[in-house]
This record gives sequence, C-alpha cells and structure tokens, in this order.
Amino acid sequence: MTLSLRFRAAIVSLALLGVFLGIWHLATRGGGATANMSPEYARLMGLTATQGKSAMPGPLDVGAKLWEHLKRPFYDNGPNDKGLGIQLAYSIGRVGLGYLIAVIVAIPLGFMIGMSPLISKALDPFIQVLKPISPLAWMPLALYTIKDSSISAIFVIFICSVWPMLLNTAFGVAGVRKEWINVARTLEVGTVRRAFTVILPAAAPTILTGMRISIGIAWLVIVAAEMLVGGTGIGYFVWNEWNNLSITNVIIAILLIGLVGMLLDQVLARFTRMVTFPE
Amino acid sequence: MTDKFISIEGIARRYPGAGGGTTTVFEDFWLSMARGEFGCVIGHSGCGKTTVLNILAGLDEPSEGTVIVDGQGIEGTSLDRAVIFQSHALLPWRTVLGNVAYAVSSKWRKWDRARVKAHAQRFIDLVGLTGSEHKHPSELSGGMKQRVGIARALSITPKIMLMDEPFSALDALTRGTLQDEVRRICLETGQTTFMITHDVDEAIFLADKIFLMTNGPGAVLAEIVENPLPKERGRIDLHRHPYYYALRNHIVDFLVSRSKSFAAEVTDHDPRHVPTVRPGLPDLMIASGTELHHQTSWPGLSRPSTSH
Repeated sequence: MTLSLRFRAAIVSLALLGVFLGIWHLATRGGGATANMSPEYARLMGLTATQGKSAMPGPLDVGAKLWEHLKRPFYDNGPNDKGLGIQLAYSIGRVGLGYLIAVIVAIPLGFMIGMSPLISKALDPFIQVLKPISPLAWMPLALYTIKDSSISAIFVIFICSVWPMLLNTAFGVAGVRKEWINVARTLEVGTVRRAFTVILPAAAPTILTGMRISIGIAWLVIVAAEMLVGGTGIGYFVWNEWNNLSITNVIIAILLIGLVGMLLDQVLARFTRMVTFPE
Repeated sequence: MTDKFISIEGIARRYPGAGGGTTTVFEDFWLSMARGEFGCVIGHSGCGKTTVLNILAGLDEPSEGTVIVDGQGIEGTSLDRAVIFQSHALLPWRTVLGNVAYAVSSKWRKWDRARVKAHAQRFIDLVGLTGSEHKHPSELSGGMKQRVGIARALSITPKIMLMDEPFSALDALTRGTLQDEVRRICLETGQTTFMITHDVDEAIFLADKIFLMTNGPGAVLAEIVENPLPKERGRIDLHRHPYYYALRNHIVDFLVSRSKSFAAEVTDHDPRHVPTVRPGLPDLMIASGTELHHQTSWPGLSRPSTSH
C-alpha cells in the first residue's frame, strides 16, 4: 500500500522535527556533577557550573515557557512586561497600517506608471534610486521630521513595502494583453470602466504577487524597526529579553515571528489564488 | 451608382523604416462594399490585410485617406463595427455569459441586469453554446471560444462585422462547422461582413466578393473577384459546382504567381477602378454555349447516384 505524497511528506517533516529537538535536547542537558564544591558555593554558581548544564535552554524549557505565555497572552504588568499577544498585536498593527498606506499609494501610482509611458520614464530614475535604500536608513530622518517613534516605525514599513507593489502594479498594468484592450476599445468602453473591468482583473495576479512580496518584507523590517524605536512590539520584546538575558523568551519570540510571517503570507497567497484566472 | 455602405478611400499606411526612410505597406488603397455583402480579403502575409481591417475597425489610423461607413467618416473605434479577433480575445476571468454580457452592457448602458442577460443569452443560443453559459474560456475548446467571440460581436448588432482570420487557429472539422454557422447567421441577419483569410476555400464558400491583394510592401488591391456560385451553397457540394474550379484556380493562380509579378506586369493599374472579374462565366459560355441556360439549378445539389 502506498500512502499519499502529502502523508509521507508529513511523516518525514515530523521525523526531522523530532531529530532536531532530540539533538537540541541532548546538546543542552546537564552532564552530571562536574566538580566538588561546597553546597553554598554551588547554589551561588547555579546549574551551569555544577551540572555542566548549557546556558542555552533546552526544548523542554522553551516548551514550558511557551505554555506559560500561551496561558496568559494579554497580561500587562507595565512597560517592560507585557504578554506576547499584546506585543504581536502592536507589531501587526504597525505593519497593517504602514502596509495599508503603501497599498493606497502604490496601486494608483503603479496604474499611472503602467498606463503612461511618459510618467513611467519620468519616475524611473527616482524609483531606481529610492528602491535599493534600506528602509532602516530612513529611520533617523523619520524620527527627526515626524518626532514620534511609533509613527516613524509605520513610515519605515510604508517605505519598504511600497516598492514591490508599485513595480508589480506598473508591470502588470503595462503588460495587459493588447487584444483585451482592443476588445474594450471596440466596445467603446470609457477609460475608467476599462481600468476597472479589463486592466484591473488582468493585472490583479501580478499586483497581488507584489503585495505578497511586500507583506513579507514589511514583516522582516518591523522586527528591526521596533528594536530601534523601542517601547512595544515583538521586535522590542526580542531586544528587551536579550537585555534580560532570557534566551528562552528570545527563542519563543523567534518562533512566533516565523509563525505570524507564515500566516500573513498564506493570507496573501489565498487572495492571489482568488484573483488568478486560468487561460 | 452602386451602394457604397463601406467605402475605403485612398488610404495609405507607412511606418518609419530603418535609416530614416519610410516603409509603405500600401498606399492609394480604395475598396467599397454594399450593405449586406460578405467581403473577403486574400493575400500573402505582410501585404497589410490586417492593417486594412484594423483601420476599418478604428484600432489603427491610416497615414492618409479616409474610411466612410454608412455615409459617415469613421473616427476611432465604434460599437457599429464589431471585431472578431483571430485569438478570440475573450476575457478569461469572465464566463461565456459574462463575456457576451460585457459587450451588451457596453452598448446599452442603461439596461438592467436581467435585460442584458436575456439579450446575451439569445446570442449564446444563436451560436449553439446553450448550456455552457457559466463556463470560463479556459474550459472551452478552441472552436467554442471562437463561437463566444462571434456571439459577442453579433450581440451588439453592429453595422459591420470585421473578422481577422477568425478560424485559422482551428482544426479543419471545427473550422468547417463554424464556417457553416457564420454563413447561416450572416444570411439570416443580412449582416455586412468584412473578413481576412488565407484560406481560398473559406473565401469561396463565404464571400460574395473576394478582394485579391498583391504582396507587400507597396501592396495594391489587384482585382475584385465576384463569386459566381449561387447564394444557397453548401460546403459539402461546393466543389461539384461547374464554376468552382474556374474560381478556385483563378484565386490560386493569383496567390501563387500573379501576386508577385502584378506590379511589374500591370503598369496602368488604376487603384480607384479595380477590375472586377467573374471567373467561370466566360469560359463556360465559350465551352458549352447554350448549356448554361439549363443550369438553373446546380447539379451538386443532388446526390451523384441520383443525378441521372
């Protein structure tokens, strides 16, 4: 009997995860008493010195801590001790807002660039120069002009997610098949109606691909941005826990950043599938 | 004076060529058609057939000259001139009904949804696609896609239907069926149709007038062939008609040799008064004189076994 490919892949995935967790567990567990020392001194030194236990937490430590976090995701004990749910909500909120502004700017502008060769050529040098700038390089300028760290972070998200959407929209719009445009022309369809009934659906898969790339970049950048601006968010949480030397929390944060990133990507992938048409 | 429903008057199309010069695809091109006629343009690739059609559709502009349709000079595209594209050009994100309804609602903007749907459905039924209304173009065969293209063009009840090699991408069987359908629809509705084709048999079956174009660049309309075959012809018996081979040979001869040598041989060609020929008639009158009068009906209509 042969199992489905999906099922076999799942088995292999689980096996790999098991191997990884096993190696991690073995590499970080204590190796028994290492030296004779007085109990008082041993208590002072902790398990790292007495049992040879690694400073790196094992999977069981991380699991236990994660369970603790999951039980209370939204607690708020002051500026430096908030639940992971709250921190993630801040980050997702910033990404959402910056991304939304980027969509509002990039899609109409991309439409103009795609439809007008003049605008395309005129804006090209600016886009070429602005696009490769690391979004974090804008941070000091944003902080200086906006004078608000939270809004500056949103601005950085905006500036990093605007480019892929802009370029993909322009590319998608410029690449709409001539014959579809001609259909609209022979039917005397006006410019606005043509934009919504022919160009938008034809370019939608390309636009959505750009939006999917953008959400990925925005989620990458928010962690770094929040490390800089501080206060709230999952990026700040990582940095704060590093300062607390809580490697367990850092690992948990890394895991959650990955999961949320995957989730955002999946949402956009679903939207992309919805607008994709078979030919 | 003949009824000039479509009148192409002295149009030219030039493109900037390499090294600052210009390439003239054709110039001083004149062509006219009467209402309800089916005209076919035949010529080799590069003679500018598609450009003529695009100019007629308003998708392209002539470098010189004008086109007059129904007494008015054309300016850009119009809902009066429907185009059936070679590549069918259906919108793949819309269903069959959606594609036809898009055209209908473009023509009659104030119609409500139900009225648009009912009108579109009528034309989907006409081309024999009843039952496939809710399929997307990707679920249809090539022939069915082109049927949708025809339904879309007909649904806006245009003054002229323009077809750019509509069946060239289809297999022979499907092409035959669609030719039958187009002929039936055009005869029923009295649709004026202008078509471009490579296929001599297609032109003979469908057209009232066949326009022969010489090779480009510098292509000219060499002659107009009037189809001598009776209006009620069937695709199956076409080749049995006594004029068929005269007509076919005339066109094939033109495409094989005269389309190349025409410019050199005919020096006094007047593009405003292109000669009209009717192959089959003179030859037959010489060969069989009085017999012509007996052929009021066409022998091909009866089966070979029962013709004696």
